Amino acid sequence: MLDSADLAAIGLTLQLATLTTAILLVIGTPVAWWLARTRSLWKGVVSALVAMPIVLPPTVLGFYLLVALGPNGPLGVITHSLGLGILPFTFAGLVLASTIYSLPFVVQPLQNAFEAIAEQTLEAAGTLRASPWDTFFSVALPMARPGYLTACVLGFAHTIGEFGVVLMIGGNIPGQTRVVSVQIYDHVEAMEFGHAHLLSAGMLIFAFFVLLLLYTLNPTGRRS
Amino acid sequence: MFSGKSSRIANPVAWAVLIGLLTGWMHPVRADVVSVAVAANFSTPMKVIVAEFARDTGHQAEPSFGATGKLHTQIVHGAPFEMLLAADDVTCGKLVQAGLAMEQTRRTYAVGRLVLWSSRPGFVDDRGEILKSGDFRHLALAAPRLAPYGAAAIETLTALGLVDKLQSRFVQGENIAQAYQFITSGNAELGFVALSQVMVDGGIREGSAWIVPEASHRPLRQEAVILKRGENRPAALAFLDYLTGPRAQTVLQAFGYRLETR
Repeated sequence: MLDSADLAAIGLTLQLATLTTAILLVIGTPVAWWLARTRSLWKGVVSALVAMPIVLPPTVLGFYLLVALGPNGPLGVITHSLGLGILPFTFAGLVLASTIYSLPFVVQPLQNAFEAIAEQTLEAAGTLRASPWDTFFSVALPMARPGYLTACVLGFAHTIGEFGVVLMIGGNIPGQTRVVSVQIYDHVEAMEFGHAHLLSAGMLIFAFFVLLLLYTLNPTGRRS
Repeated sequence: MFSGKSSRIANPVAWAVLIGLLTGWMHPVRADVVSVAVAANFSTPMKVIVAEFARDTGHQAEPSFGATGKLHTQIVHGAPFEMLLAADDVTCGKLVQAGLAMEQTRRTYAVGRLVLWSSRPGFVDDRGEILKSGDFRHLALAAPRLAPYGAAAIETLTALGLVDKLQSRFVQGENIAQAYQFITSGNAELGFVALSQVMVDGGIREGSAWIVPEASHRPLRQEAVILKRGENRPAALAFLDYLTGPRAQTVLQAFGYRLETR
């Protein structure tokens, strides 16, 4: 059966995914809104930057984060002077890495949802004297609800499935950075296939039901 | 020449013949090739030895690098390797027991040395006293459950009575290559790695180090074995002899491995 180390890894992974998704919704909303509405020349550049984690091997991201966040790296110097300490091998470091890693999985569904809102709808709200903020919260946000559901599910699930980045900057510390995917890897490497099966099957079932939920609540192609 | 339907059939055949000719041409018939699974910690000396082996014997050894445990799993599941250079002295025995390797070809080709290393000069003293003073935040090591050097690090700390005190500062790499990365990027101030990783031409390349006395842990014997698939490969036997012969052993010493005293 699952031992206490497995359960600790599961708890930690859920914490990481929840926190990361919450942060990504806060950061992702303005970025997605801007990308959906802007005519700026920078749109291409920002879109490319946001999408990069999809294309890059996690090891590239992990390697650069390890170097950049280290005490000699540019980001490490900043976090140290801010009193945050050095982030690799900490839970905070994993949150930062996951936020970068899962960014496109939250921004892109939100952007699609915002783009689907007709300009006229927003203008109509404007003619009724709604402030831009009011328009956003009373009109755009409710209309983008399916996009938010997709963003939450994908951001959460993708963070749960993260492995390469964690392996590179985690240091495999119980309760801090030893997430489920790393725990599975350890079990397989140590040839404890029974434990590996339990956790892996759990992940498989989780992935299926999360996606089932997504496609049931949010069927593609039926939105008006 | 080819037209219509026949070209669809003829083309793959033509390609197969062409590829066969080209690969046959690239490896002269007389020289044999052996594919060798090699423990990742041995990758640097292996590359040197492979080049010298080809020059001296005309045979080719084609190495694939990986963690010993992973290579073992791959071999059990039918990976096409003909020889294994493991980082420990148990994996080859397991393969022999499973009927996948040949007992009479099992040899110790190198004995590794453990080192406590920091990329900062003057940080690690030459008796390892820094471990007792505890003046650091992170101590990197390879996962003791997976990597022999990680297990040796724990044995050393146990002998010093420091495991409980330092446990909370451990950062574990999946293997010693990753432990080395943690230290060299400055994220861990110091850690246990293989001497072969930090040694160049008989000296420590950079930073500071304590070469751990061998009495404090089980010897890090690395064994090689010829696998069932390599049974009839002349190059496999030739490489095994070469590896334990004087030329290769000189290379090994320069990389910080000790020779097996017989």
